[in-house]
Amino acid sequence: MKNARTYQFASKPSIVSTAVAVGPLEKQSPFLPHFDLVYDDERFGQETNEKGHAYLIEETCKLAIMKGGFQTTDIDLLLAGDLVNQITPTNFAARELATPFMGMFSACATSISTLITASFFLESNLMERVLFGSASQHNSVEKQFRYPIEYGAQKPPTGQWTVTGGGFGILSHFQRDKPYVHSATIGKVVDCELKDPLDMGSAMAPAAFDTIQYHLSQNKGTSYDFVMTGDLGKNGSALLQELIRTSGVSSYLVDQYRDAGAEFYGNNDKFLSGASGAGCSATVYFGPIYAELLKKQWKKILFVATGALLSPLSFQQGESIPCIAHAVELSMD
Amino acid sequence: MDAKAYQQTVEQLAPKRPVLRNCLAAFLTGGIICGIGQIISFIFMYFFPFTERTSSNPTVATMVFIAMVLTGLGIYKKIGQFGGAGSAVPVTGFGNAVISAAIEHKSEGFILGVGGNMFKLAGSVIVYGVFSAFVVALIKTILVQVGVINW
Repeated sequence: MKNARTYQFASKPSIVSTAVAVGPLEKQSPFLPHFDLVYDDERFGQETNEKGHAYLIEETCKLAIMKGGFQTTDIDLLLAGDLVNQITPTNFAARELATPFMGMFSACATSISTLITASFFLESNLMERVLFGSASQHNSVEKQFRYPIEYGAQKPPTGQWTVTGGGFGILSHFQRDKPYVHSATIGKVVDCELKDPLDMGSAMAPAAFDTIQYHLSQNKGTSYDFVMTGDLGKNGSALLQELIRTSGVSSYLVDQYRDAGAEFYGNNDKFLSGASGAGCSATVYFGPIYAELLKKQWKKILFVATGALLSPLSFQQGESIPCIAHAVELSMD
Repeated sequence: MDAKAYQQTVEQLAPKRPVLRNCLAAFLTGGIICGIGQIISFIFMYFFPFTERTSSNPTVATMVFIAMVLTGLGIYKKIGQFGGAGSAVPVTGFGNAVISAAIEHKSEGFILGVGGNMFKLAGSVIVYGVFSAFVVALIKTILVQVGVINW
């Protein structure tokens, strides 16, 4: 059962409901039909961006609970995180939701690290329903990591656009007609000594490669509809495919490789290399892809969410960008 | 994974920055900004009691004011993405750096937010601008004293 990094979940914990909410700019996304809530105000009618961020999390969580036909009191645990300092938006949303809560931070890989952790709680049979997911709000995350929003700095083609959006789901015991977590691989921190914070895709690709390679080696013979990384962007995806091509990992994988960040805003050059943020993978995984799984369009998907574990301080002190990737294999019978 | 080998792959596959296009855009943007500055300077000289030398102060103030209005309207960042250094180097870029930080931190109040963060980007321009001006003035003073040049 135990083999270092990959775990199989015999109880087949199922994602019984999900909800996805986004901001105004995300209307340009080809995934728009699968977003449950689309707001016209990037601050969600709140005074500050940070309050808007918390509101986005709160509303998305409430909707996920409602869509599953539950009450907040039915939730045994909320496992969530975001990218702002000390994950305050999530903490504040948890205050309003008043469910038992633990915050998690895996940067943009939080969507999957929370799902993996939730799977363990379900597998242990000590919990019934765990609410998991992550979110990001463009303005507050940019404020945290980069320049002021109105500052006229030129972004290079490798730059990415932080998504305003949140994706949350409820994991419960196995249900026949819902996608379930088959197995998961916990990422290791990989650092290829890249230092450009405007090129996260390149920094994260080796972490994604490491996790994908390990997961596939533990699940030999499984065929996937596709493997979907979180927010490598167009540039990072190209690098990951190059790593896969040169390493000799099963070549069938390459044709079936997708990236949520690269696809998020379609082929719009305005968004440079594509989307990023903790809300990027969460909205795509738990919105459109979950919907297709429900329809049995696809049967087996490997989600690999990637996160860049830097801070503005570590970057200014000349540190490189350590990265991580967590993987979850979702199945639909 | 070998970090060095990977870094080479990154360089090979990196999307090329459109250097020529960026240079042209910077040249055009910077040129237009300076052209506008020159027109404003002439206005101060013809319609107000300023000379070529004294008109520079009100011109700079006017240019910074225009940059601040454009920043507030969300236009300057678009000019910045197109013009790059062309809109960052002129004094309007300085104005943009100041006001964008002020807007960004208004939510933390006027003292700790706006006041404390207004110069977080532009501060180094002031520090090193004042310092280099001091060094240049010192050199010139010495040269004048020695008799190499005159004021």
